[in-house]
Amino acid sequence: MQKLVLLGDEAIAQAAIDAGISGIYAYPGTPSTEITEYIQHSKEAAAKGIRACWTANEKTAMETALGMSYAGKRTMVCMKHVGLNVAADPFINSAITGANGGLLIVSADDPSMHSSQNEQDSRFYGKFALVPILEPSNQQEAYDMVRYGFDLSEHFRLPVMLRITTRLAHSRSGVETRPQREQNAVSLPTNLRQFVLLPAIARKQYKNLLSQQQALISESESTGFNIFIEGTDKSKGIITTGLAYNYLMENFADRKVPYAIVKIGQYPLPINMIEKLANECDEILVMEEGMPLVEEHLAGLLHRGIKVRGRLDGTLPRDGELNPNIVAVALGFADTRGEEIPAIVASRPPSLCVGCPHTDSYIALNEAMESYSKGRVFADIGCYTLAALPPLQSINSCVDMGASITMAKGAADAGLVPAVAVIGDSTFTHSGMTGLLDAVIHKAPITVLILDNSTTGMTGGQSSEAFGRLKDIVTGLGVEPEHIRILKPLRKNHAENVQAISEELNYDGVSVIIPTRECIQTLNKRLREKFKNKK
Amino acid sequence: MKKDIILAGVGGQGILSIAAIIGTAAVSSGIYVKQAEVHGMSQRGGDVQSNLRLSSAPIASDLIPFGKADMIISVEPMESLRYLPYLSPEAWLITNTTPFINIPNYPEVENVMAEVRKVKNHIVLDADQMATEAGSARSANMVILGAASPFLDIAMEVLEKAIRSTFGRKGEEVVNMNLNALRIGRQLADAQMTN
Repeated sequence: MQKLVLLGDEAIAQAAIDAGISGIYAYPGTPSTEITEYIQHSKEAAAKGIRACWTANEKTAMETALGMSYAGKRTMVCMKHVGLNVAADPFINSAITGANGGLLIVSADDPSMHSSQNEQDSRFYGKFALVPILEPSNQQEAYDMVRYGFDLSEHFRLPVMLRITTRLAHSRSGVETRPQREQNAVSLPTNLRQFVLLPAIARKQYKNLLSQQQALISESESTGFNIFIEGTDKSKGIITTGLAYNYLMENFADRKVPYAIVKIGQYPLPINMIEKLANECDEILVMEEGMPLVEEHLAGLLHRGIKVRGRLDGTLPRDGELNPNIVAVALGFADTRGEEIPAIVASRPPSLCVGCPHTDSYIALNEAMESYSKGRVFADIGCYTLAALPPLQSINSCVDMGASITMAKGAADAGLVPAVAVIGDSTFTHSGMTGLLDAVIHKAPITVLILDNSTTGMTGGQSSEAFGRLKDIVTGLGVEPEHIRILKPLRKNHAENVQAISEELNYDGVSVIIPTRECIQTLNKRLREKFKNKK
Repeated sequence: MKKDIILAGVGGQGILSIAAIIGTAAVSSGIYVKQAEVHGMSQRGGDVQSNLRLSSAPIASDLIPFGKADMIISVEPMESLRYLPYLSPEAWLITNTTPFINIPNYPEVENVMAEVRKVKNHIVLDADQMATEAGSARSANMVILGAASPFLDIAMEVLEKAIRSTFGRKGEEVVNMNLNALRIGRQLADAQMTN
């Protein structure tokens, strides 16, 4: 066995290589990005011919993975939690079709919203879809669960979800790896109508999915990812999910907790273990890294059963990620907080990089908008969302991938003319193209700025599917060629850029302005490498 | 042995390379390591930190509890203060004195340093200037690591080996530059402690 120091994300990636995957599909999104990057950079994966592709969005990733599973090979699809909203249609339906080759869906949640718009908990999706969910508490478990997840998927012929959170994704620890195994050969499903979800077939498949649930619960009782730890103090029992177990242990120097514990790492929930805990203890304290899924389940709507504590009764905070201190307070231990932060310490929010092309685009847009009332700029998800903050303060919305164009159209329909959309090149190909088609068909009086920095900047410079194609795509969607304007966002071009934006704001129809200049981060990286190679 | 370390700085200042070298050195000594990092939006010029935990026994939490950190190592003076609630009373604060000013309301540097000096055990150094004088402006990080090295319970030879293995592929010149930076940081810390 080899011991490597890996990020949680990297442990998952290495495990997938070792477990014999043939492909990984993903759209970059914090905190999931490093999984796919690791496989893309792995010489081992390249030698094995593993496909490691960024896709247009999470939906296309999920569907491509489903196709690979159909063809009998093991495949993994990775996304951040909100990406699962985009992939929800194929994800939910993949539970009805079932899998052929092992199919693992990794959804990386971001409680406390370190880099996200919400802190939704992917376990609800897994439960909704009726698929097994695995939730590791450390990097080694993450590694082990990937191998097991593929076996589980192939045994039950079902997709399996691996749910992780930011702290695990972006924390390193030692991981012991296991011997590698071969990829599957191509083999079609024995029933060639398994993936045809016509109502008559879907009804049958759905009954089949329901009939497997009891076996999945039995599996949860016996695999070792859910464990019952005996306790002597019966005044309470504790249920932990994911990383909460570590925070509980951190509060006991000798790791000996007086209370009985059910450590959850696999769903559906192990009913026998939880029943044993409920029978033995006066109350149950549920510590979940995420939303109160288990707690709500146990408490019930009327709270008539066993006494349950957790996020719903205020024993733990209702929102945000857990940490050792929050758990200490819930256990009644003293707060160990040290000196307060001195008052002079100023907050330091993230900001656009010095030399960022978006800054020049926004300065020009701000000036062009001066003659209109405020509140007309709908933006999107990416580095350019930082223009909501001082000094630029250019934008008025950031909701979900692609919402800039469609919200601008809705506002224009309501009479807010001109309305402006600001979207990045990669976000545009992710989810902006369909909205632009709507706007073109209805001749909406909107001006769309597609900020083309030729990369997926916020997540660290992954390739953008829009690269070199934006003008063609926009033309193909039906935007009139004379209202497609390519600008170079540089200070020296400021006056002519303001002029171009102003002209298009005056046009009573769809205009697309494409300020084009490479991301300063990828440019610097490229130049460094060029310099190094020349040396 | 247990060392809980908070590494602090601003996105892009390279605190993760300090963490990587301490981590490599610890693993090569058979010590358990957990290291939580910040990726994503904050890396764009925002405040960033890394929780680095070393222990001879297995480590439970990826995050260091309040009041339990054995040291704060910071490449930026104001950032060193942001994590004081985590510092234990007898712990050390090691910080660079060169400010990274990318916000309009950055406080007076003297006031920042006055707050730093209120921490009982502290080492302050102008790592940027020391690195520049030593002819390697880009290795200020390693100067700071050197200044923190007396408190790590890891031998200098082991840290030097970790630097060799981390920077090895960049050539002998880069390795020596970083080793030199490590040593001048160490010398300064030794001198400050005897004073």
